[in-house]
Amino acid sequence: MKMKGTEIFVECLRREGVDVVFGHPGGAILPIYDQLYDAEIRHILMRHEQAAAHAADGYARASGRVGVAMATSGPGATNLVTGIASAFMDSVPMVVFTGQVPSTLIGTDAFQEADVVGITRPCTKHNYLVLRTEDLARTIREAFYLARMGRPGPVLVDLPKDIQLSECEFDYPREVHLRGYRPVLEGDREAIRQAAVAIVEAERPVIYAGGGVIASEGAEELRRLAEMGRIPVATTLMGLGGFPTEHPLSLGMLGMHGSWYANTAISRCDLLIALGVRFDDRVTGKLSEFAPTARKIHVDIDPAEINKNVRVDIPIVGDVRRVLSVLNAEVEGLLGAPPAAAWAQKRQRWLAQIAEWKRTYPFRYEYDDRVIKPQWVIEEIARITQGEAILTTDVGQHQMWAAQYYRFKHPRTWITSGGLGAMGFGLPAAIGAWFARQDRPVIAICGDGSFQMTMQELAVVAEHRIPVKVVILNNFFLGMVRQWQQIFYNGRYAASDLRVSPDYAKIAEAYGLRGHTVRRPEELVGLLEETLLASEPVILDVQVAAEENVYPMVPPGAAITEMILGPLETTAVADSKESIA
Amino acid sequence: MLRTLILRVENRPGALARITGLFSARGINIESLTVARTEDPTLSHMTIVVDLDDVALEKLVKLLDRLVDVVTVTVVDTREAVERELLLLKVRQEPGQKLELLKEAELFRARVVDVAPHSYVLEVTGDEDKLEAFIRVFEKYGILEVVRSGKVALARG
Ligand SMILES: Cc1ncc(C[n+]2csc(CCOP(=O)(O)OP(=O)(O)O)c2C)c(N)n1
Repeated sequence: MKMKGTEIFVECLRREGVDVVFGHPGGAILPIYDQLYDAEIRHILMRHEQAAAHAADGYARASGRVGVAMATSGPGATNLVTGIASAFMDSVPMVVFTGQVPSTLIGTDAFQEADVVGITRPCTKHNYLVLRTEDLARTIREAFYLARMGRPGPVLVDLPKDIQLSECEFDYPREVHLRGYRPVLEGDREAIRQAAVAIVEAERPVIYAGGGVIASEGAEELRRLAEMGRIPVATTLMGLGGFPTEHPLSLGMLGMHGSWYANTAISRCDLLIALGVRFDDRVTGKLSEFAPTARKIHVDIDPAEINKNVRVDIPIVGDVRRVLSVLNAEVEGLLGAPPAAAWAQKRQRWLAQIAEWKRTYPFRYEYDDRVIKPQWVIEEIARITQGEAILTTDVGQHQMWAAQYYRFKHPRTWITSGGLGAMGFGLPAAIGAWFARQDRPVIAICGDGSFQMTMQELAVVAEHRIPVKVVILNNFFLGMVRQWQQIFYNGRYAASDLRVSPDYAKIAEAYGLRGHTVRRPEELVGLLEETLLASEPVILDVQVAAEENVYPMVPPGAAITEMILGPLETTAVADSKESIA
Repeated sequence: MLRTLILRVENRPGALARITGLFSARGINIESLTVARTEDPTLSHMTIVVDLDDVALEKLVKLLDRLVDVVTVTVVDTREAVERELLLLKVRQEPGQKLELLKEAELFRARVVDVAPHSYVLEVTGDEDKLEAFIRVFEKYGILEVVRSGKVALARG
């Protein structure tokens, strides 16, 4: 049957199971918008294309499905780039469609022309410029396949206007043939066997779990490995939710703002089991001192991540969940079920040591009854939601406090711009997450600086009455920048002062939304409970201690044991120096 | 150390840019690069020469392999691959030196492809060592210009 490009587009999306797309129209993509006008697929008009990309990202991460964003040519497409780059760094499955000037005008500096495949080449998993309507169906099919297969990532499809308008025979390819793309999903059996032996023999193992655990739906298998092998688990920022914070074996987050005990355990372990991670510099600190005495197992879907930053002893290329399920069977085989008492005894010392560290050096801050401490706000959110909410964040101190003080229970409930660290991610990602899953409350934890980068998206919240809750940890600073300036630049707060800020409650009101300002500690719990339990959107401007810092903090380039500690932690460490020695 | 990479690549717009982008984004200089269609018109054959140590090379190969457009990538050395390069050399031709010059060209199986009143252009193919030797021998006549095609390599067997 002959179909127009735009009809093919809609039909392909339907077959890919797309229920919602996030976008912003313009001349070069108007034919597609016109087609969407009658289609069942929902289009959510975001107020900035960056937000459309972040919303597709939030949708993808909350659901595990492919998120879809679209925009017009030129400025529409360039506005998407931050969101695409963020999804690329965090391996989020996304397909992005951009309109392009008619193919006959490409290369002529036509109105709103930009070389979008050129611009996005380094920040997409793959991209396409479609030059024949005959190629459209196959290209869209490949784009969705590539976005979700292997290591997920964003794929961009650039659609010249004439390609959208011309007709051809519709043929939806049943299979995808890409001779240059053959991801390895099953791990090498021999390597897995070696890993199992190493795990059983280790005395002080630690699991270092990242976003790959979540992307592969491997949280259950991770938990089985940890419990069966009695192995403590540290997660990266991207891995939060992959292992419950309150589990006795949880070490919380490791890295630059990781827990004292996670970083210390990593440094003392004799076996590091790295699962779906990429040994990012914000995690490892000084590479030569990262788990220096440990043998290292590294499981990752992407061969290019193996031995990239750290040489490992047992590399296993494969999907984390699949590898873990084989590994767990191997470990169980070696241990016997239940494991021999003698073996269980062997782990006892290490686990006791870790339990003591956790008791002695938890994340902590000084509570104050005159000013709201941001950490306390997160603790209260954790208490009220019982870890059942989806949290999205912006970037900065509030993001780190949320990572440190929230009690994560489930995968896909923590959505943050980890690799790129794009301010302004929180609100649009929350909108996307809500469209993906309406069974959980969605809370955007925002910084006052970051919020101002995408707060126009409140219009989308208002338009669809999306019951997201926005909690702004408002310190009237670009807080993380201020913290670095305080510690590394002699307190010279160059361009980090946000004292001149809007009244966020009034901004909410201007969009027809409920907004409240919380200034005093005694107001917090009541207003927070009311906000989080409300069935409608609420924006809560929580004015917090202005110069609070995130601790522990590993200075960039230092070993992860060289943590700068907060005032309370410093005393704790001094008190029990002997027990570490 | 100079290393030779052989790639089979989808013959599509953007494929070359994607590949060279990996090098430039990491500050890796390409010493030579050749691309052309193969017996299968949908595939291009690329030969890339880079100066990298083993560790950096291993990382680069994995990144190349990750690209959807790259079908295969292999690192080869002269034992594993036939390597050839074409060189054109414009040399000064003084009266009285002609015979000697042509005799030396003959030794390298070089051909004269252009004759001008005061210069010749010679064409020669060979591996790295041969071309280096060729240039050295003709230095004494006065080399006006040298262009090299970049190496093409094909795995043996
Ligand atoms: C788009 C973007 N620009 C700049 C930065 C650098 N940066 C990192 S954190 C930060 C300050 C964030 O301030 P705010 O959103 O108020 O959060 P806070 O740290 O105060 O919690 C800045 C400017 C960034 N991460 N992203």
